[in-house]
Amino acid sequence: MSQPSISKSMTIGESGLAVVFAATAFLCVIASAKALDAPFAFHAALGAAASVAAVFCIINRYFERPAALPPAEINGRPNYNMGPIKFSSFMAMFWGIAGFLVGLIIASQLAWPALNFDLPWIQFGRLRPLHTSAVIFAFGGNVLIATSFYVVQKSCRVRLAGDLAPWFVVIGYNFFILVAGTGYLLGVTQSKEYAEPEWYADLWLTIVWVVYLLVFLVTVIKRKEPHIFVANWFYLAFIVTIAVLHLGNNPALPVSVFGSKSYVAWGGIQDAMFQWWYGHNAVGFFLTAGFLAIMYYFIPKRADRPIYSYRLSIIHFWALIFLYIWAGPHHLHYTALPDWTQTLGMTFSIMLWMPSWGGMINGLMTLSGAWDKLRTDPVLRMLVVSVAFYGMSTFEGPMMSIKVVNSLSHYTDWTIGHVHSGALGWVGFVSFGALYCLVPWAWNRKGLYSLKLVNWHFWVATLGIVLYISAMWVSGILQGLMWRAYTSLGFLEYSFIETVEAMHPFYIIRAAGGGLFLIGSLIMAYNLWMTVRVGEAEVQMPVALQPAE
Amino acid sequence: MKAILTLDNLASGLVATIWTPVFVAIFLAIIAYAFWPRNKAAFDEAAHLPLREE
Repeated sequence: MSQPSISKSMTIGESGLAVVFAATAFLCVIASAKALDAPFAFHAALGAAASVAAVFCIINRYFERPAALPPAEINGRPNYNMGPIKFSSFMAMFWGIAGFLVGLIIASQLAWPALNFDLPWIQFGRLRPLHTSAVIFAFGGNVLIATSFYVVQKSCRVRLAGDLAPWFVVIGYNFFILVAGTGYLLGVTQSKEYAEPEWYADLWLTIVWVVYLLVFLVTVIKRKEPHIFVANWFYLAFIVTIAVLHLGNNPALPVSVFGSKSYVAWGGIQDAMFQWWYGHNAVGFFLTAGFLAIMYYFIPKRADRPIYSYRLSIIHFWALIFLYIWAGPHHLHYTALPDWTQTLGMTFSIMLWMPSWGGMINGLMTLSGAWDKLRTDPVLRMLVVSVAFYGMSTFEGPMMSIKVVNSLSHYTDWTIGHVHSGALGWVGFVSFGALYCLVPWAWNRKGLYSLKLVNWHFWVATLGIVLYISAMWVSGILQGLMWRAYTSLGFLEYSFIETVEAMHPFYIIRAAGGGLFLIGSLIMAYNLWMTVRVGEAEVQMPVALQPAE
Repeated sequence: MKAILTLDNLASGLVATIWTPVFVAIFLAIIAYAFWPRNKAAFDEAAHLPLREE
């Protein structure tokens, strides 16, 4: 693959992308000047600055690099591309801390409303999407991109496809997060839960996501390993489905191409159905399929045991694919949605219990013959506890989708508790476990700086989750029961404000739980930082060292 | 009132309904593939894939 003594010239990708970004910078400046509202002007200026920075980075990288691009193989071994993985891992940790912090702030605002200081930018209504997007899309998304780029290379035994493309994906995705997040604070939203970013941010994400899909697919196509490992199937399902969901839920007509406001194409109950088809499958394919890919690669690797049943993993995958897409209507029980659609959503949600627990059993049983490692390896413990939380929240979810249960649980804090047992326990812990594995691997370190600190992180965060979810269970059921309580004369027994007052102690406990979870993530960030800074380098067995990226 | 059983309605109804047996058949085929005795060795090897990479 190496091409000695060739004259150095820009690749088509380098020159093409530099020209495209230069043009984008120009267009953004015009858009900024003609903007109808201040947030749009700000975002257009941000786009212009980022485009100029991109042109500079591409040209600078060209002058710094050797004439030949990094080879696909060195001495017959794949020359894995770790740069974009490192970047995404770092951003995951950064956004994780930011997202947990904002969560703690809004939890505290619910307990003590004065904490919004009457400032529009930090009202609950603006910070709440900032929190959800930061933890799901910024933290979770970067974890998924980092681990998918790692797993696809390793399990296909081939270097990641593309030269600039992987960098375009990781930086472009984080720029989308920046636009979305600052937009929320400035009041830019299309008011669709988990799909708040406005039309221009959506368009940018579409471009980034298509490139992500191409990088992943081309890497799989180039593979040296004949079999496509099951984790790659889960990653691919995640990438493809998110693309479909994003395009299905977000078609919108901007009021002006120079303004942030747009109107979604769907109206009325169709809009609601599209929204929750999107919303629940974001749970199913972003927060489940993607992180199950992590489970199927990182748990066997860390436990040094094969997957318990590869057959089960195949059935797990396809059952999940066939069932999940129908479950969305359970978010719209007792609404204007046709009754049969609600029942359909409920039925498929209950059926989902089976593949979910099949997957959980597969993950847990992978520890067969290695259970003793849970005592000594807190990283593995984190991964395994995450799977236990997966089992717990995927039992709770189908139960809550049953209409009679939903009539009590819906619109109460029970939902918030359920979401967080999945988000903190499953997605959070499996991500932490994966990052604890990935950072030493990507930075070529022998191991983590301190397993003792991982142990601390594990227990502090677990305590936080237990406080969080138990407070929300009690609060939610109390709230639901108070709302439906009647007096002997048929009047509602409690006014709404009385139910709000009853929540107060639980909101304080919830904030304390969130605070512990945040402290855990700070311990983690310190540990990972020290792993990279002072960790001992892993000595490669063959003499050939891989060149730095 | 329009007649319910026009050729058009029949065709669109069939297209809308056919997905259920088609998906069920595909899913059953996947289960058969997963449990086919001859595939066992390949799957057992694939289960070790994360452990034997370079």
